[in-house]
Amino acid sequence: MARAPQAAVATSARIIVIGAGAAGLATASRLAMGLSGASITMLDKRREHHYQPGYTLVAAGLKSPDYVLSSTREWVARGVNWVEEAAAEIDPVGKTVTTDAGQRLPYDFLVVATGLTLDYGAIEGMDVSRIGQNGLGSVYAGPAQAAATWRAMSDFADKGGQGVFLRPATEMKCAGAPLKYAFLTDDFLRRRGNRGRAELTYNAQNRVLFSVPIVAERVRMLYAERNIRVTHDHVLRKIDLDRRIATFRTPQGDAEQQYDFINVIPPMRAPEVVRNSPLPWQTGPWAADGWAEVDRHTLRHVRFPEVFCVGDIAGVPKGKTAASVKWQVPVAVDHLIATIQGRESAERYNGYTSCPLITRVGRAMLVEFDYNDNLVPSFPGVIAPLEELWISWIMKEVGLKPTYLAMLRGRA
Amino acid sequence: MKELDLATLVAVFQEMLGWTFWPLVALAALATLAFLRVLLRDRSLIPQRLVWAEALGVMGGVVAVLVMFTVTSSGFADLGGPIDWLLVLAIFGFGTVGTALGLYAALGLFRRRVA
Repeated sequence: MARAPQAAVATSARIIVIGAGAAGLATASRLAMGLSGASITMLDKRREHHYQPGYTLVAAGLKSPDYVLSSTREWVARGVNWVEEAAAEIDPVGKTVTTDAGQRLPYDFLVVATGLTLDYGAIEGMDVSRIGQNGLGSVYAGPAQAAATWRAMSDFADKGGQGVFLRPATEMKCAGAPLKYAFLTDDFLRRRGNRGRAELTYNAQNRVLFSVPIVAERVRMLYAERNIRVTHDHVLRKIDLDRRIATFRTPQGDAEQQYDFINVIPPMRAPEVVRNSPLPWQTGPWAADGWAEVDRHTLRHVRFPEVFCVGDIAGVPKGKTAASVKWQVPVAVDHLIATIQGRESAERYNGYTSCPLITRVGRAMLVEFDYNDNLVPSFPGVIAPLEELWISWIMKEVGLKPTYLAMLRGRA
Repeated sequence: MKELDLATLVAVFQEMLGWTFWPLVALAALATLAFLRVLLRDRSLIPQRLVWAEALGVMGGVVAVLVMFTVTSSGFADLGGPIDWLLVLAIFGFGTVGTALGLYAALGLFRRRVA
C-alpha cells in the first residue's frame, strides 16, 4: 500500500475534492501531506460526519447515535480549504465544478468522493419518517434511524412474529450489513427466549447470499443452523406500512410477505451531480445507476485522466466499504501525485475490501476478499476468515473506529 | 491491515485513547524505570515483595480481562476458537505483568521496611 511521499511535492496544481465523507477526507488529508503549494479545495455542505460502520452497533442497541457522529471540521487537514457548498455540476471537459451557490471552480485535478444516494423513493409506500414505528426498521438511513430501528427490533425480540430481511438489487455499501442484521435479530430473540415464537426470512436479491462464493456458502450454512429461511430473487418493490405487508418482485411475479419487523434497505445509486455528468459508465452493469467509470486498479477515470473517483461512487466490482476507502485512497493519491511529478505510479488497487460479518453480539467473521473473490486474510493462519470468532468482534468493536479516524487524518 | 507499521499503530492508538495515550505510555515507561531502579538498588528480587506483587498482579490480569469483556459487550461464551483463548491469555498476561511490575516497584519505593 502506498505511503504519502516522504518529501512533499511542490506544485501549484488546483485540486478539488467533492465530498467530505470517509473517502473525501482521507484523500484531502493525504494530498495535504504529500503536496506543498497546491490549492486543495474540498466541497461538502454537510457539517456532520457520520462513522457509517458504526450504524450496525447503534441498531443493535450497543452504542448511542453519538458514537457515529462527529464534526466534519475536526477532520479537515491543515492546508485544505473546505467550502461548505455542494457540487451542483461537474464539467470534466471544461475542468470546472459549479457549486449550488453558483461558484464556478476550475481545477487541474478532480477527486470525486460524493458517496451514494439512498433511493427510498424507489420503494412504493416507503416513508423514512416512520422508521422505528409499527415494525419498520432501516439501519442505513442515518444515526437516528439506526437507533429507531433498534427500538423496533428490540420490541420484535420481546414478542416474536415474522421478521423480514432483504437487500436491494443495486450495488450497495457494505453488502454484509443486511446479513448481519438478520443474525443480530436472531441473537436477540434467543437471548430473550423468544426464538421459537419468531420466523425469520432473508430475501436475497439474486441466487446467492453474498458475492463471494465461499462466503455465500458459509452464510448459507449458518442461516440453516440458525433457522433463518432464505428466499432468492426477491427484490422489495412496495411496502404497506399500515398493514405491514412487503411486496417483492420475483421472476414468478409479485410475492407478498407479512411482517412484524422488517429491515428495509433501499436501492442505492450515484448522486444526481454525478449521474448528470459525463462521468458514469456509458454501458454495462454500472451504467444504469450512474457509477463512475474508473480503471478498477488505479481509480482514475477512463475518459478524463485528471479525474479520480474513490469510495462508494467508484464503478468497480467490489467495495463500497470504509475498508475499500482505506486501500483505494493511497493508490489514487499516488497516481495523482505521480502525474504532477511526471512519473508513472506502480500502485494498484486489487479490489481489497473487508467486512467484519457479525454473527451474534460477541462474535464475527473477519471476511476479506478482492476483485477475484479470493479470500485475502490480513492474518493468515491466525484469524480464520470463515470462523465465528471473538477476536473479529473485538476488532469491530474496539479497533475499527480508531483505524477509521486515523484514516481520515491520512495516517492509516 | 496491510500497512501495520509502528506509525500506523501509534496513530490508531492515539485515536482510540485520545489525550490519555501519551500519559499512559509515560506511565508504563515510568513503572518500568521504577522497577529497574528498585531492582538495581536491591541487587536482587525481594521474595516477600514479589509474592505480594504477583498475587495482586493476578487480580490485575483478571480485571483486565473483565474490562475487555465489559467494553466489548461480550463474555467467555463468545470465545470461538484457539486464537480467542490466546487473546484472553495475552490480555490476562499483560494485565498481570503490568500490575505486578508496577506494584513491585511501588512497594520497593514506598514500603521498603515492610516489603
